[in-house]
Amino acid sequence: MKRQIPYALVFLFGLFMVFQYFVPHESSEWAYEFLLDWIMIIGIFALALGIWSLFHLSVEKIRARKEGHGYSYITLAGLFVMIAFGFTARHGESWGFYLVWVFTYLMTIMLAARTLAASNEPGKRNMFMVATLGFLVATIAIAIFDDSWSFYFYTSEGLENSMWRRFFDFVMMPILSTMFSLLAFFIASAAYRAFRARNVLATLLLVAALIVMLRFNPWFPQMAGLSNWLMNVPNLAAQRAIVIGIGLGIVATALKVILGIERGYMGKG
Amino acid sequence: MPNLGVIISLSVIFGGLAWLAYRSIKGYEIDRRVIFVFIGIAVSAPLLFPITFEEKATPIVERLFNRIDELPAGSRVLISFDFDPAMAPEVQPMANAISRHCLHKGHKVIFMSLWGTGQSLMTAALANDILPGFPEKKDGRDFVNIGYKAGNEGVLNIIVSDFRKMFPTDVNGVPLDSTEVFDGIESCKDLDLIVALGGGRPGPKEWVLFVGDPGNVPIGVGVAAVVAPQLYPYYPQQIIGILGGIKGAAEYESELIKRHERFADMPTPGLRMMGPQTLAHMVIMFFIIIGNVVFFMTGRKKVI
Repeated sequence: MKRQIPYALVFLFGLFMVFQYFVPHESSEWAYEFLLDWIMIIGIFALALGIWSLFHLSVEKIRARKEGHGYSYITLAGLFVMIAFGFTARHGESWGFYLVWVFTYLMTIMLAARTLAASNEPGKRNMFMVATLGFLVATIAIAIFDDSWSFYFYTSEGLENSMWRRFFDFVMMPILSTMFSLLAFFIASAAYRAFRARNVLATLLLVAALIVMLRFNPWFPQMAGLSNWLMNVPNLAAQRAIVIGIGLGIVATALKVILGIERGYMGKG
Repeated sequence: MPNLGVIISLSVIFGGLAWLAYRSIKGYEIDRRVIFVFIGIAVSAPLLFPITFEEKATPIVERLFNRIDELPAGSRVLISFDFDPAMAPEVQPMANAISRHCLHKGHKVIFMSLWGTGQSLMTAALANDILPGFPEKKDGRDFVNIGYKAGNEGVLNIIVSDFRKMFPTDVNGVPLDSTEVFDGIESCKDLDLIVALGGGRPGPKEWVLFVGDPGNVPIGVGVAAVVAPQLYPYYPQQIIGILGGIKGAAEYESELIKRHERFADMPTPGLRMMGPQTLAHMVIMFFIIIGNVVFFMTGRKKVI
């Protein structure tokens, strides 16, 4: 039953979603939209699951003292600090005890992770548990009695929180931009080594790449025509073939899932 | 007339490349750190000594520009910022230029994002770059920022039939019903144009598949250069125009300056970044040529 019920549900809902597309009736559209709401709900559960998974993985690394387990503390701190910043904002000019609250909140999380990681050492575990509870009480007390700031769960004040903005603007943005910028260096190095006219196909690829690169070059406007032809004819033909191929592949995979032939999503292979 | 800085930086880059070509012909290897140094110089020199180019819009960019230009004032345009900081250097310039263009033409603009990181970039761009140039525009009357919603394609599937179900309020918690922009807008089908900016998933392709086609809404897109070729199959029927990478942004900015006096002094990051991109491309091409020269001179035996 544990396996049959999910297969039956997939079969029923899969068939329904296929057939409702061809039934332009009001009730069919209502049912379709009703089911779409479920996607949101499942998505939110997936987010919670993702956060738990990251927390669990980090705790495991700390417990096993794997190489680089110190970074797990940074991962947890980053995750929970941004969540806290995103849900809080100050009322006036003063932050009151906000930074103290952030510290106690972070310590609670870190010590909770440490408590879980020390589950095989009762002495240490109890010590960390007491410390966790101490910081938790302090965190709750500050949150209740400090009037300088509040939690905002339903509105976006937290996203205007200057702490959140600074971490986003001056930490996250440079990190992501740096990762992407490094590509330029590796692409250049890879192009030097890989783009060799070894055979006819490699030569064609090499010539096409050079023409398309020249297309972006304002010093060679005469290449625009040839480059546009490359993009509009051979590229378009290949892209359409890929899109149609992917579409047919999706239909085939969907049918296999609906009919219970493909069961990988159950984690059983 | 190029300034002295430009001449010096170009001389350093191409002189160095010529020296490398000579060494390669003599049989010396090029270490990858040397390639990194040249790319570093090629990217940073034009930022220190700006090189600017005259751009002309290609038909694929001009078509989107003309559509926005020709829509009557008061048309409803949705601009979706579906990108993150990694893509921002390529996509943000076009997002700013298109937003300015829409506001200048008097369109009612709805800003939104399908990416969590997009909302922050959008809010910062509106506050710092776009809205300061339009002090006469009022939130709720001329534009509205409805922010980010999680759910990817699910969000699109819902707003194609009912906007308020997914976005009951704007980003500040103001109900959409109380905004003038949303008067008469029930769903995406009531929009005159959607501009999807991004390159990842969900992004422009999802907008075409889940909103443009089912809702019969015209869609224009702005994407990172690597993604543009994948969107050509949708042009010109399902996508009215594509801005691909910095080049697309530079062409759009150039057209905006040429056709609308108001923008004569506007910041043009797209045009500015064409310098580093052009030089970096030239350096990569030179390295490819050098690599092939070495390859043929060594009798096609040497595999690096």
